[in-house]
Amino acid sequence: MRKLEFLIRRLLTSFLVLIGVSIITFALARIVPSNPAALYIGPRARPEDIERVSRELGLDKPITVQYIRYMKDVLHGDLGNSIATKRPVRQEISGRFPATLELLFTAMLLAVVIGVPLGVISAQWQGKWVDVIVRTSSIFGVSMPAFWLGLLVQIIFFRSLGWLPLSGRVDSDLRFTNPIEIITNFYLLDTILTHNWIAFKDVALHLVLPAFTLAAYPIGLIARMTRAAMIEVMGQDYIRSARAYGLPNRLIIYALALKNAIGPTLTVIGLTVAYSLTGAFFVEVIYNWPGLGLFTVHSLLNIDYPAIMGITLFGATGYIFINLIVDILQAWIDPRISLN
Amino acid sequence: MAIESKTISLEVPVHGESPLKQMLGIIARDPLSLLSTVIIILFILMAIFAYQIAPYPEEGAGKTHATNTMLVPSQEHWLGTDRFGRDVLSRVIVGSRSALIVPIGVVVFAILIGAPLGAIAGYNGGWIDEVIMRVTDLFLAFPFLLLAMAITAALGRGLNHAALAMIISWWPWYTRLVRGVTISLKQRAFVEAARAVGVRDSVIILRHILPNIISPILVQATVDLGTVILAMGGLAFIGLGTQPPKPDWGLMISDGRSYILKQWWLSTFPGLAIFIVVLAFNLIGDTLRDIFDPRQYQ
Repeated sequence: MRKLEFLIRRLLTSFLVLIGVSIITFALARIVPSNPAALYIGPRARPEDIERVSRELGLDKPITVQYIRYMKDVLHGDLGNSIATKRPVRQEISGRFPATLELLFTAMLLAVVIGVPLGVISAQWQGKWVDVIVRTSSIFGVSMPAFWLGLLVQIIFFRSLGWLPLSGRVDSDLRFTNPIEIITNFYLLDTILTHNWIAFKDVALHLVLPAFTLAAYPIGLIARMTRAAMIEVMGQDYIRSARAYGLPNRLIIYALALKNAIGPTLTVIGLTVAYSLTGAFFVEVIYNWPGLGLFTVHSLLNIDYPAIMGITLFGATGYIFINLIVDILQAWIDPRISLN
Repeated sequence: MAIESKTISLEVPVHGESPLKQMLGIIARDPLSLLSTVIIILFILMAIFAYQIAPYPEEGAGKTHATNTMLVPSQEHWLGTDRFGRDVLSRVIVGSRSALIVPIGVVVFAILIGAPLGAIAGYNGGWIDEVIMRVTDLFLAFPFLLLAMAITAALGRGLNHAALAMIISWWPWYTRLVRGVTISLKQRAFVEAARAVGVRDSVIILRHILPNIISPILVQATVDLGTVILAMGGLAFIGLGTQPPKPDWGLMISDGRSYILKQWWLSTFPGLAIFIVVLAFNLIGDTLRDIFDPRQYQ
């Protein structure tokens, strides 16, 4: 019963926060700028255009009426039209998001697959040289600006070694030789589904550098968190008893300790997913990755206002959603902490 | 947070060292933190005396030099020159003002806004607490960099607006932290005793709460500075922060990006500067956090 109660309460607060977020976005869109209509048209606004858009946006109406109209549009999925592309912002977001998501998923997978074992090993050899190396490199990982690391690995792996492609999501020649049939818009998945192995290899190679660049920060964070959680758990009585019973070390670490250390690690993973969403913006700029981030940066620089506000609302909604999932998962894994 | 770290509290005993002294003691005992502190102090001095140190101060500020473009690092130009013939070393030195000093200012202002609100919320409780904390919830519901970007876009790009946007997106963290510390202090015997004998609230806050809040804030600020420097570097990198011809590490990385395959020095050195400074802050933060973890209050 308490689980259900928790779930309902958590959903309710998320809903309230969403409303608050929409108010802040609305304020940024309509109240902060001195002339919102001019911003909505873009740099070459003529007076008659400004007047027309003022009417369309209802800028002459009271602010509450404006907000209700704005929310009505948003709830109908209407985020306005991008100034730069003239297409609906919603389409621009949904068309580009899969590319970002593919990058994000790959990076997070790398981060978990590398970060968690590193943290476990580090905890297992606490104070030894392995531990020192892991701790130092994880601090290096979180100190490295992604927009610089990306350039460095491009210099190394493209220019010096020639192992990996410089940028982009797929080789442009491939469009003619082995075109990718779009099903899910996740290229890795699409090429597998259509047995297009040549394209699969190309897509995978293009993913390596951006994914690693994006993963550097989460790897460091997850390794640190896992290490701290493991050390905490390993000091507890049931682990000592298990040792006293002579259970094999590997079983103790991976079956008993890791299970209880995974809760806090999960929170960090959730937080880093959200952090990496904005980290992906820089990575996309460096690798010319045709995702939401590249579009966002172009929108920011061109002051494509409807696009910026649409993306902000979208990003915040996604962030709230991720936090919600993490909270629920945590309550499910360890009911002691979160239900209160 | 589920983890109860083995931390000692840095609160001020009645007769004891000040929290700042204790923190400095912790740093001094750890060679890596000590080295990091020295590096940060050197960088800050470099920023303050930028125009005295820079070999070509005018080029650092933006003056172009048409005959010296894209020179490889040499004796005259240790870090080479850029496509406008400007000395990269001078620009890295002058750029430290917007890339290092401004983020420090951002954190200071975020603390000045966030900390009093947190103290008020934690000390008073009730509806004041509720209102303040729900407002912080809203700001923290955004990925902070995205919020900072949107605010900068609404205000118009430029270093001042980017800094303001960062302050607006960052203060709630300190409100949360200080509120947590204040609540835990309020239940302590020395505060309850002071209240019981009728000491005024303002005196209690100033004499008993404030001195004990300083160390968690300082630790958290050290940990945060790396993140804020990276974020502001990112804003400059995508073109929302410092505007050319003024120098900024993030902006210089972005400028050099088209040339990395040949003129590698353009982006490499300003990036190295960010990396070193952030690494130094993170190393100090890591040491301080091992001994005193501010997150235990959140």
